[in-house]
Amino acid sequence: MRAFLLGALALGAAAAEIAPEARRSGYDFAGPETRAMQDDDMANPGMLWVMQGEALWDKKSGAADRSCADCHGDARISMKGAAARYPAFDAALGYPVDLEQRINHCRTERQQAEPLAWESPDLLALTAFVAFQSRGLPVATPVDARLRPFSDVGSELYHRREGQLNLSCGQCHDDNWGKQLAGSPIPQGHPTGYPLYRLEWQSLGSLQRRLRNCMIGVRAEPYEYGAPEAVALELYLMERARGMPIETPAVRP
Amino acid sequence: MARVLINLPPRAKRGEIIEIKTLIAHPMETGYRLDKTGAAIPRDIISRFVCTYNGDEIFRAELFPAIAANPFIAFFTTATESGELAFIWTGDHGQTQTEVRQITIE
Repeated sequence: MRAFLLGALALGAAAAEIAPEARRSGYDFAGPETRAMQDDDMANPGMLWVMQGEALWDKKSGAADRSCADCHGDARISMKGAAARYPAFDAALGYPVDLEQRINHCRTERQQAEPLAWESPDLLALTAFVAFQSRGLPVATPVDARLRPFSDVGSELYHRREGQLNLSCGQCHDDNWGKQLAGSPIPQGHPTGYPLYRLEWQSLGSLQRRLRNCMIGVRAEPYEYGAPEAVALELYLMERARGMPIETPAVRP
Repeated sequence: MARVLINLPPRAKRGEIIEIKTLIAHPMETGYRLDKTGAAIPRDIISRFVCTYNGDEIFRAELFPAIAANPFIAFFTTATESGELAFIWTGDHGQTQTEVRQITIE
């Protein structure tokens, strides 16, 4: 009877959210070679996109013939910590936007240029360059009452079972992190390094791309790029990782 | 022009063994993959990499379709005299990209 009770308690505890001091970046679950690749800016392939983003930052674009730098100046100063605060509430739109959407919003509104396609090299490069300015800074998703309903949606989606495998995000990333899934360790799912270089992709990719991968993995219908659900999930994940250092561009297997 | 990251010490002592690291942005398309319509994606790889030190070849590598995108190549050489190192990547169709870096020997 006592063993049964202890077992029930252990199960109950396992289903709870990860305590702040027990949170670990995906970096800790990666192999030593992958970690070494991320740590060395001369070996980290993500730096190729950061370089490209730096060039794009100064490039004039659109009917307004303006570059990012014309408004924002030196990104090392103006963009420091910006990525740590995204997704952020956009008062004009009335909903939160992630960093990619903010960049595209700037393109269409300020530069009067065509928006960049999701996962296009240019959008990844600009996002990586902006997020790189926050490397080492803690995730600081704003405490904003207007964000509350959206992060609640994100939390609901995170805990909802989905797909033919009938799994929720939390069943892997809260309840079973550190264990193996088909030979790979299950991380806690903290999005601190995006956009990141995934060896499997042989490319940089966004958090939304990663979320779509997970959803295909549980055989659910993935959200479209930029869908409100995807941004809500991003928001919840960033709140869950609040205080953890940004690693962009991270390298993952 | 592909984006390139090259890391070598700008200064070295004579006789010192130095590490040189190179990274180039390239898809290394194998030629075996199909696109969404089922058509073969044409092969596009870097097939050769050469490094010269004041004109002398000090390192050469042949690359094949199994090598991952954005090839990272690191190697060692002995610092002999001040001058320039040239890095030459050659593609399937003979197109090349050359980068040059200076080194000072103390």
